[in-house]
Amino acid sequence: MRITVNGEALDVSAATLAALLSELDYRGAAVATALNQDFVPKRERDKTPLREGDCVEILVPRQGG
Amino acid sequence: MLSGGKAVSGADPLRLYGTELSSRLLAGTAQYPSPAILARAVAAANAEVVTVSLRRESGGSRAGQSFWSLIRSLGVRVLPNTAGCRSVKEAVTTAQMAREVFETPWIKLEVIGEEDTLHPDVFGLVEAASILSREGFCVFPYTTEDLVAAEKLLGAGCEVLMPWGSPIGSGRGLNNPYALRSLRAHFPGVPIIIDAGLGTPSHAAAAMEMGFDAVLSNTAIARAGDPVAMARAFAQAVAAGRLGYLADPVQPRDMAAPSTPVAGRAFSDLARA
Repeated sequence: MRITVNGEALDVSAATLAALLSELDYRGAAVATALNQDFVPKRERDKTPLREGDCVEILVPRQGG
Repeated sequence: MLSGGKAVSGADPLRLYGTELSSRLLAGTAQYPSPAILARAVAAANAEVVTVSLRRESGGSRAGQSFWSLIRSLGVRVLPNTAGCRSVKEAVTTAQMAREVFETPWIKLEVIGEEDTLHPDVFGLVEAASILSREGFCVFPYTTEDLVAAEKLLGAGCEVLMPWGSPIGSGRGLNNPYALRSLRAHFPGVPIIIDAGLGTPSHAAAAMEMGFDAVLSNTAIARAGDPVAMARAFAQAVAAGRLGYLADPVQPRDMAAPSTPVAGRAFSDLARA
């Protein structure tokens, strides 16, 4: 299935957002997720299915002003 | 011991959404030469609040996790931002994401309306602030000196205002002192933090002398030749400016007024040539 993750097209096998984080090796990391520009809380990631063409954002803590 | 000024005896805490802080200098965490210098600068600034952001991680790096570990080791509060967001939707979603990762309802809300000046889009800002306030966020809106925008932000649920001194990163200081004084005078009970554009410690001192409650500095400290020394200089300037404000400064006047007593001056009985 082809989706977009952080602006890049990726072929992934994960069926849910939680599985995607595992597939991309984010397990255990402090990340926040959004699907098609809507925030998805951590507790809902394993109940959030991914579909062809979805846009996922995976954001991490960074420096800020 | 102070008398005749605005000072109360003893502590002079800054209250932001029910949280008492002793430091009136908030620090950004971006653009430092190294994480170690960032950590030393935050300590030198005596900052109790630092701003952070959420970003995509590039190329398989895990820099975000080490950055977050460093920030947690500093023992400070974080104020996540929505830097770079250009729509209400982007800003709201980013704020929701930040609340979960950083485990705080505090959000420095930026909705940017113009690229060259990073001018706040105050219309989008009010709308986003209203949404986020209803969702329980403590919104710190990055705004301009506009009085009506400020009024609407307060109406939207903001308990703090964060007007710019000048455009982000410009180092120009207080571009519009008249409007800033007016803002201060219109909202005497509202904590107002001068957020952006400060370049030197004297800019910070000037903001504090005008009665603003705190300043936030990032670029001026991080990009200085010696960020740790500059952090200390800003901390001293903020403290001096605050004390100067509380001590009730004299007002400027057009003509001289002798400071040395006139009475008793020698030769005062002689006619002047």
